[in-house]
Amino acid sequence: MISLADSFTLAFVAAGALLFLAGTLGLLRFPDTLSRLHALSKADNLGLGLIVIGLLPQTQTIAGGVKLVCIWLLAQLSAATASQLIAGIAARRQPDA
Amino acid sequence: MSLVFDVALAAGLVALALHVVLTRDGKGAIIAFIGFGLLLGIGWARLASVDVALTEAAIGGGLTGMLLLRTQAHLAGRGVRPAQTGHPSWRLAAAGCTIVTLGLGYVVLAFPSPAPSLAREVAGSLDATGLGNPVTAVLLAFRAIDTLLEKIVIILALIGVWSLASDPNWGGSSHLRPASVPEPLVFLARMLPPFGVVIAVYQVWVGADLPGGTFQAGTILAAMWLLVMLAGLRPAPETRAAGLRMMLAAGPALFLLIGFLGFLIAGGFLAYPEAVAKPLIVAIEVALTLSVAATLGLLVAGPPDKEPAR
Amino acid sequence: MSALALTSASLFGLCGAALVGIGLFCILTHPELLRRLVGFNILGAGIFLVFGAVARRGAALGFGGDPVPQAMVITGIVVAFAATALAAALLRRLFDLTGRASLETGQAELRPRSEP
Repeated sequence: MISLADSFTLAFVAAGALLFLAGTLGLLRFPDTLSRLHALSKADNLGLGLIVIGLLPQTQTIAGGVKLVCIWLLAQLSAATASQLIAGIAARRQPDA
Repeated sequence: MSLVFDVALAAGLVALALHVVLTRDGKGAIIAFIGFGLLLGIGWARLASVDVALTEAAIGGGLTGMLLLRTQAHLAGRGVRPAQTGHPSWRLAAAGCTIVTLGLGYVVLAFPSPAPSLAREVAGSLDATGLGNPVTAVLLAFRAIDTLLEKIVIILALIGVWSLASDPNWGGSSHLRPASVPEPLVFLARMLPPFGVVIAVYQVWVGADLPGGTFQAGTILAAMWLLVMLAGLRPAPETRAAGLRMMLAAGPALFLLIGFLGFLIAGGFLAYPEAVAKPLIVAIEVALTLSVAATLGLLVAGPPDKEPAR
Repeated sequence: MSALALTSASLFGLCGAALVGIGLFCILTHPELLRRLVGFNILGAGIFLVFGAVARRGAALGFGGDPVPQAMVITGIVVAFAATALAAALLRRLFDLTGRASLETGQAELRPRSEP
């Protein structure tokens, strides 16, 4: 029998993995840079967030949970910056897009 | 089930490596290599070597990738013509490399069983060092001479890189800031370094008992420093500055000093008296971290290309 | 030879063997020096992975692996980075001085090797 915490983890990590899959599909299939970026950052933010939330009940200590959340926040920060930088270059290359 | 994941990981590694070799796009190859480094970091975690995983992700993926991208941009910026393709004897080379791979693969499958291991010896002597992380104990106590020589090697490499500057630029600084700095990069360079410094301090401290340590922390510090220089918030330092050179030499110098003190107080080079082994090791780690950070950062920055200010 | 029970240690060891071959091929045949440098790093990664397989097989007494090869790999990664940085600086200097990013391979370099 699966405990409540484990089923919570399973549900959230599966949802996060699904979002990563969708983001990867978008990255491969979408036509232009900006929409590909959109797909990618959605997977990053939501997918990783769901996985982190799903893993929280599995941590033994509060410090471990705080570290997980910090990883998510740092990934958010770097992903947002990288998206901005790439989008800036894309916009400069084709001003109409 | 976990073997399926490992097979996928190994297949991904080989596929990325093949892509690096076969693609015509120079920048694409380097970006694939960065992805390769990160994937390899996961592979090391699967091999239960978390210390190596951290080092590989930070140095193998991050720092090496940045170095190669900078070099590629330098070459491409002045319109280097793509070299002629189709090496005449590639079949011969491919056959030779296949033989090397098959031979090595045979060796891997023919490893003796039970596997020889020094884990018992390390475990038996771990208490004497006061450390809890066996890898740190090997790096800074049992095989400290390797680590000392490695520090000297990376400083020699830095001297080699500096000496490739043209004569007027000797002692000057590297030029990292691009012509126009995008606003988000400046934002990141203001936000991230405080966190990075905290993470690096944590890595050094926790490295005594858990995965982490000087190299990983030094790489994180170097990355933060490079980020600040790239965003133009601080200029790259002049390589003739006495303070900078002192900082580069301080880590290995302290290491050597403690090593020679070992003759006096513990009867051998790099021998630590058992009572103060842990404080000595932590002191060496702190000094080394700063030196490693400065050395790695300057290695990525490359040879000085601006004249020193008169 | 032990039975072909594929553990994850030997799997990554075989992966390392493949990477050694791929990296070596890149170093030998690619005309661009920068790509050869990437190949050198792939070759190094392959050798480290073989070490990793050795370390993993040496797991004992609650350690996930033999710590001695692990420490050697960490040292090796840092030294490989230093060598890469030096090679990249040499390449930049070569390019600044001559405008070339490859050695003149083809005829000039291969002849002496193929004629013993």
